Amino acid sequence: MDKQRRKFLKVAGATALAGISAPAVVKLTASDALASSEHAAPAADAHEGANGHGDAPKGIRLGLVIDMRKLYGKPELLDKAVAACNKAHNIPHFDNKKDEIKWIWKAPFENVFPEHSQYHPADTAKDNDFLVLCNHCDEPPCVRVCPTKATFKIEANGIIAMDYHRCIGCRFCMMGCPYGARSFNWFDPRPHVKEFNPEFPTRMRGVVEKCNFCGERLAKGLEPACVEAVKEDEAITFGDLNDPESEIRKVLAENTTIQRKPSLGTKPSVFYIV
Amino acid sequence: MYNKGTIIPGLAIFVLIVTSPLWLNAFMTGSTVPKVELPPGGETKCIASATVMRSSHMQILNEWRDDVLRDANRIAVTVDGKEYRKGLQMACMECHTNKEKFCDACHEYVSVKPYCWDCHLSPTLAATKKETL
Repeated sequence: MDKQRRKFLKVAGATALAGISAPAVVKLTASDALASSEHAAPAADAHEGANGHGDAPKGIRLGLVIDMRKLYGKPELLDKAVAACNKAHNIPHFDNKKDEIKWIWKAPFENVFPEHSQYHPADTAKDNDFLVLCNHCDEPPCVRVCPTKATFKIEANGIIAMDYHRCIGCRFCMMGCPYGARSFNWFDPRPHVKEFNPEFPTRMRGVVEKCNFCGERLAKGLEPACVEAVKEDEAITFGDLNDPESEIRKVLAENTTIQRKPSLGTKPSVFYIV
Repeated sequence: MYNKGTIIPGLAIFVLIVTSPLWLNAFMTGSTVPKVELPPGGETKCIASATVMRSSHMQILNEWRDDVLRDANRIAVTVDGKEYRKGLQMACMECHTNKEKFCDACHEYVSVKPYCWDCHLSPTLAATKKETL
């Protein structure tokens, strides 16, 4: 009897040990085989991504340089740009600030550039509003959080676009966007649109909306509505950030520009000369 | 057979009632199938034949939507020398300005409720708040 119990305990102990160590052994011996089959492709991608992190992305990447020096003391120009956008995109107007729909809007310096706090800010920063819009980031947090792929980056031109047909109104993107560039339609926007642009749709209640860099105007060979509105003052330069010959690159090369909240690593495509 | 006098007429009446939809369909004139109103501007050509448009306009619209929004492919479609920009408001409603008598006539008949008009503007609605330049 004693002998048998001893034998049983031995076998049970060995089995338990084998059971516990089996996954580790399998993992160690099979890792090479696994890596060479299904994990090969993603691993290669990740590697490439890590390498290309610091490089400029390839292809067209549309961007803006807003020369605030030409807009200081002229709030009517800012209003003109905002109004042009509102009209082109059937953007509703709500009096309550919480219900506002904003594609491009005005904001004070400390809200636009919270990372550029100054002990004694310049008068231009104190006295003027700044023009802000979606930054069409190269690393857009809104796109990462969208559960339905309703918002996405158009690889052909770098625009962060929306497909309102797919938006379920979860507002994750509004949480994700560090620039407040997204607005939610709490109400049916139609009664609050001043005049309809018959070539552009409205939105419906329950979707998030944002600047589309005037994709519909670019297709017609026009510049974005805000750029065109302040054209005479040459306050906004629009173009391809990846084309070394473009005008926007010239402006960027000749001036010191700042971006909004650069430390977040979103790589905004909108630059400011302040 | 017992009660022959009631069973046979009863069966005949039963068969008549069960097949009544067929009889009604065969002898009733004036079908309610809607006749759509053609474009008021007199256009007779679309991007495809009427049969194709009738059966697959929804697929075409979905393809256009994905082209325009996702792939940034807004290149106009040219059919028989006429250019059509991809878009419900920019192509379809340019000719079919009578959405209520064209789109709605059939959609109501077959009881489909496309959500196009939640966002897209019908020409009638767009005209209610016209640009005041």
